[in-house]
Amino acid sequence: MRARTPFRTFRVVALVVVVLALLAPLVWMVAASLKTNVDIYDPTKALVFAPTFENYAKVLQQANYVQFILNSLWVAFASTGLSLVLGVPAAYSMSRFAMRRSALVVLMARVIPAVSLLVPWYYVFSNLRLVGGFGVLVLSHMFVALPLIVYIMMGYFDGLPQELEEAALVDGLTPIGAFRRITLPLSLPGVATAGILSFIFSWNNFMFALVLSSAGTKTLPVAIFDFVGYASIDWGGLMAASTVVTLPIMAIALFAQKYVVSGLTAGATKG
Amino acid sequence: MPASTLPTPAATGGWSRWANAHRKWLFAAPAMVFVAVLIVFPVAWTVYLSMTDAEGSVRADFQFIGFANYVQVLTDTTRFWPAVGRTAAFTGVVLLVEVLLGMAVALLLWRPFRGEKWVRVAILMPLVATPVAVGMMWRLIFDPNIGLANTVLGWVGIGPQPWLAGERTALPTTMLIDVWQWTPMVVLILLAGLTSLSDEPNEAALIDGASAWQRFRFVTLPLLMPTVVVAILLRGIDALKTFDILYATKGKGGGSFNEVETLNVYAYGLSFDYNQYGVSSTVLMLFFLIIIGSMWALTSRRKEIG
Repeated sequence: MRARTPFRTFRVVALVVVVLALLAPLVWMVAASLKTNVDIYDPTKALVFAPTFENYAKVLQQANYVQFILNSLWVAFASTGLSLVLGVPAAYSMSRFAMRRSALVVLMARVIPAVSLLVPWYYVFSNLRLVGGFGVLVLSHMFVALPLIVYIMMGYFDGLPQELEEAALVDGLTPIGAFRRITLPLSLPGVATAGILSFIFSWNNFMFALVLSSAGTKTLPVAIFDFVGYASIDWGGLMAASTVVTLPIMAIALFAQKYVVSGLTAGATKG
Repeated sequence: MPASTLPTPAATGGWSRWANAHRKWLFAAPAMVFVAVLIVFPVAWTVYLSMTDAEGSVRADFQFIGFANYVQVLTDTTRFWPAVGRTAAFTGVVLLVEVLLGMAVALLLWRPFRGEKWVRVAILMPLVATPVAVGMMWRLIFDPNIGLANTVLGWVGIGPQPWLAGERTALPTTMLIDVWQWTPMVVLILLAGLTSLSDEPNEAALIDGASAWQRFRFVTLPLLMPTVVVAILLRGIDALKTFDILYATKGKGGGSFNEVETLNVYAYGLSFDYNQYGVSSTVLMLFFLIIIGSMWALTSRRKEIG
């Protein structure tokens, strides 16, 4: 369908407005992170200013951010890896044997407010003196990752033709062998989608680490608050810290766009 | 794969035979045990705690007090009911705006055009950005004295607004932030739905002389309705539970006047700022009922729509 010219002009203008509205705040954040606190307060230096990396130096050196980056990475990788190990086979079973009721239980996790899990966890884990350790943090992030992975992988397995596995069985593979050698390799794009998405969700997660982490196991979203004081805010440091947290995720989204989109919209069109 | 590397059923041992026979539960059980221990048990525990006077230290004793907490919470018109109101207002407004705006943007993106890939990347960025960082970013933009928002308003001759700092303007401002971050989610879902539609009904309507609006209203929208419901459902659940941007922009208790204190923020504060575990669990139970109720209302409508 060829659109008429006035519509095309309108469309270009509208798209430019949309893109500007989405990106301008992010550009503003990065710009502020490269300004001195004096320049941030100066409206004449909104876009023209002498860039400085002193905020980043402050974030990475004084504020111990290297440690927090490592904490975030470690929690995200561990929770994603463990959830994949648990979630992928479970999703396979739930898809192949149509265990819809079991699937529903796993998916309930998406509906339950996280606070209602945090209270009992906090009770049990503080009595076991585990609060503040990495183990509890990884477990809590798995609560988000596992349902997500099961959900995405169930959709993926549902879409794979069963005939391939049946052919493998005829050729002498056991059912588990057919899963390992045929279905699993074929579903690697799905696993990548689920893994990337679960990594992003863990990296961005705030509430669990807010309650369950300690000074040594703090993840980046919690560490950002170090720059917010009661009396004043170190805007330059805060924006640099926010950029440090956000930029890696945006880079992943840029390079793995296809996977991120298919994960976010998984199951949306099945109705 | 050469056939010789494939193990024959005869070569496999007893454990393998057992594993293959029970693979359904062998595969599913670890995840389900995890879910049971970390989710089902805590939910049951919350139900129990909501009927106790648990508070203070997690090591302190507490007693079963029946429905006293429920009576206390449901008659609390200073914190609980205002929080319910804010949760409903926040969810209702952001859902409405995000679905309308998301639909408009999805329709703009529907047919292929040059530079499409870059527009899609731009749409993805707010969506994946860390919500707490997004909150901080908007805090700077909405700062009444040095923020970009008031500078922009100044260009068009509108006076400075208090934004997040105002008692009345704080909640609408957080709605704006939510709309910025999550409209892209609605766009992606609706776009996936639009792309999966067949072209034929639309073409037939075009031949019959239907206008663009008529084609949208009577052809595209009805076909897209199931996807719209999914988008509302997914966004609705998350909007009800919004926490990160509220906490990042207004801090504990939703600000000094509880301006943005929604149910989730209230329950969090009760638990971890005031250590009122019993009352907090009661609020959570009621919150949970509200979520389930709204979902149920939506999904039953979904069947109606088809």
